[in-house]
Amino acid sequence: MRKIRTPYLLLLPGFAFLFTFFILPIMNLAQTSTQTPVGGGDTGEFEQTLRFSNYLDAFLENREQFGRSFVYATIATLLALAIAYPLAYAIALKGGKLKNFMLILVIAPFFTSFLLRTVAWKQILGEEGFVVPTLRTIGIISENTTLTSTSFAVVMGMTYNFLPFMTLPLYASIDRIDPRTLEASGDLYANGFTTFRRVTLPLSMPGVVAGTLLTFIPAAGDYVNAEILGSPNTKMIGNVIESRYLTIVDYPTAAALSFTLMVVILILVTLYIRKAGTEELV
Amino acid sequence: MSKKVSKKDLSPEARAIINSQVTRRGLIAGTGAVGAAGLLAACGSSGDGGGGGDASTVRWGNWPLYLDYDEDTKKYPTLEAFSAESGIAAKYFEDYNDNDEFYGKVQAQLKLNEDIGYDVVTPTDWMAARWIRLGYAQKFDLDNIPNRVNILDSLSSPSFDPNRESTLTWQGIMGGFGWNTKTNPKGVRTIDDLFAPQNKGKIVVLSEMRDTIGIILLSQGVDLQSVTEDQFMNAVDFMEGKIADGWIRGVKGNEYAEDLTSGDATAVIGWSGDMFILASENEGKFDFAIPESGGTISGDNFIIPTPVGADAKANAEKLINYYYDPAVAAEVAAYVNYVCPVKGAQAEMEMIAPELANSPYIFPDDAMSAKLNVFRSLTPAEESDWSEAFQQAQGN
Repeated sequence: MRKIRTPYLLLLPGFAFLFTFFILPIMNLAQTSTQTPVGGGDTGEFEQTLRFSNYLDAFLENREQFGRSFVYATIATLLALAIAYPLAYAIALKGGKLKNFMLILVIAPFFTSFLLRTVAWKQILGEEGFVVPTLRTIGIISENTTLTSTSFAVVMGMTYNFLPFMTLPLYASIDRIDPRTLEASGDLYANGFTTFRRVTLPLSMPGVVAGTLLTFIPAAGDYVNAEILGSPNTKMIGNVIESRYLTIVDYPTAAALSFTLMVVILILVTLYIRKAGTEELV
Repeated sequence: MSKKVSKKDLSPEARAIINSQVTRRGLIAGTGAVGAAGLLAACGSSGDGGGGGDASTVRWGNWPLYLDYDEDTKKYPTLEAFSAESGIAAKYFEDYNDNDEFYGKVQAQLKLNEDIGYDVVTPTDWMAARWIRLGYAQKFDLDNIPNRVNILDSLSSPSFDPNRESTLTWQGIMGGFGWNTKTNPKGVRTIDDLFAPQNKGKIVVLSEMRDTIGIILLSQGVDLQSVTEDQFMNAVDFMEGKIADGWIRGVKGNEYAEDLTSGDATAVIGWSGDMFILASENEGKFDFAIPESGGTISGDNFIIPTPVGADAKANAEKLINYYYDPAVAAEVAAYVNYVCPVKGAQAEMEMIAPELANSPYIFPDDAMSAKLNVFRSLTPAEESDWSEAFQQAQGN
């Protein structure tokens, strides 16, 4: 008897935690999402009317920001992949003694507040920063072009902030590749590129899938980068939810938007995993 | 008016870092962070248990950088003096970053009449009106606040609290135009000056609806005391158009100050106090003026929330009374540069900072007062519809 019970007892704290901090809030959110304001009531007073068209209204009103969130998140994920793959490759296969040091460098930004790092980007891309005057001198951007408050700044901020989430899983899976498989590929007259395409890349796919998911999902729901580095024309769905929740005090719309975002991400991720395959995902 | 750091506030850890080298400007410049952490903090319950507070302390939640502060001692001189004089330990929290956000944070506790962690807070007029309407503000024991008679006549009878029974103004805030004097050598005094070619793409307006839309409305000749929904929406459309056409780069709280210093913004709709600090710290690189068509004025108000117990309430009243002493009020005004609501403070200012005593931005004269306008109070339905329109115009 005891033998059977022990594992369940061990799981209990986890279940209790998830129930209190995930299941209950989700139920509460679902319940809020179909409420409507009390007629003649004061700010923040809502009643349950099971108005499911809240979802449709919320979605249609904010299509633009939804679209933008997924476009920005996709670009940021691809950029992060392009930057992180060579980085992870270099650390895993060429790092040598410096491997651990390089890994620490990848993780180091986490020691500073996310917000401060984002604010720093504002200064880097600002008028008095280094980038803008340089680009102007070279003639890449005109005198009147600014970089802050643009979608470029938002996507850059997202790419930077989520880069470690891409790098670490990639590193883990590239590091695990047996170098002998690469040697074998060479022995079979494959050149460097073919070896990469036929051996390294397929073997590192679990890292690519994990890294893109870890980057894309938080990026799609992010609002800090758009708030600090963007303009009214670059607002993402996270900004809308924040403003609905805290400024307009329209809890039902905020809840409906949150749910919609969750479902859309879930669908996209499911399709992606189906396509990419999860068997090797550890 | 969200002044100081405003809604996009720093996370607690970020604030701690910056606080270690705080100057008022420094903090304004260091802001702009939204708060994932702020949101998390908003979920936590603050509290020493029901009733709140005790016989010998008072907990004051105020806007950041809104009280005289001594960088050398890391203390608030007037608040220290209050504690020494009254024996009441004052705990000061710079936690009130944004009207909406703060309301969202404490609303549930107020509804249940549970301690919110503060014995006195300072919401802006329209938010104070909401607190009174919902019964979240206690009536003062007027005997504890004899200095309340020092309130300026122009502030003594607002529509939300005609007899000032549960609110008293902490500071007044003017909304107007701020600009970079190099790019706008002739100044910015009309809405056309603001939307002049040299400012295209470099204009920031306030995220405080009543200031930004108020100033646009005034430029269209609308009286803020009788503004209709059509007029309001028309002004919101105007702003939305200016955003779409790339004139306005941002709708922000205090971070506009940072954009001005970095050169990313050259002209703004901003607040008086911030702008004067900016100007004095940048050798005249910036200036501020009330638009010819009129500017806005509003106030932040002391309020004692309903859950506060009797002892703490009495302490809070003593604190309010203390800050209505003209000498103390002058000391605060010399630091914060906002409109001082206390009669007699001007004479006191002559003694401590004569150069400020004649500033119409701290002590508005008749000519200045005539140019300042108060946004009328909105019904709950208007408040939510108008605020929604204003948010949507800025992409939210």
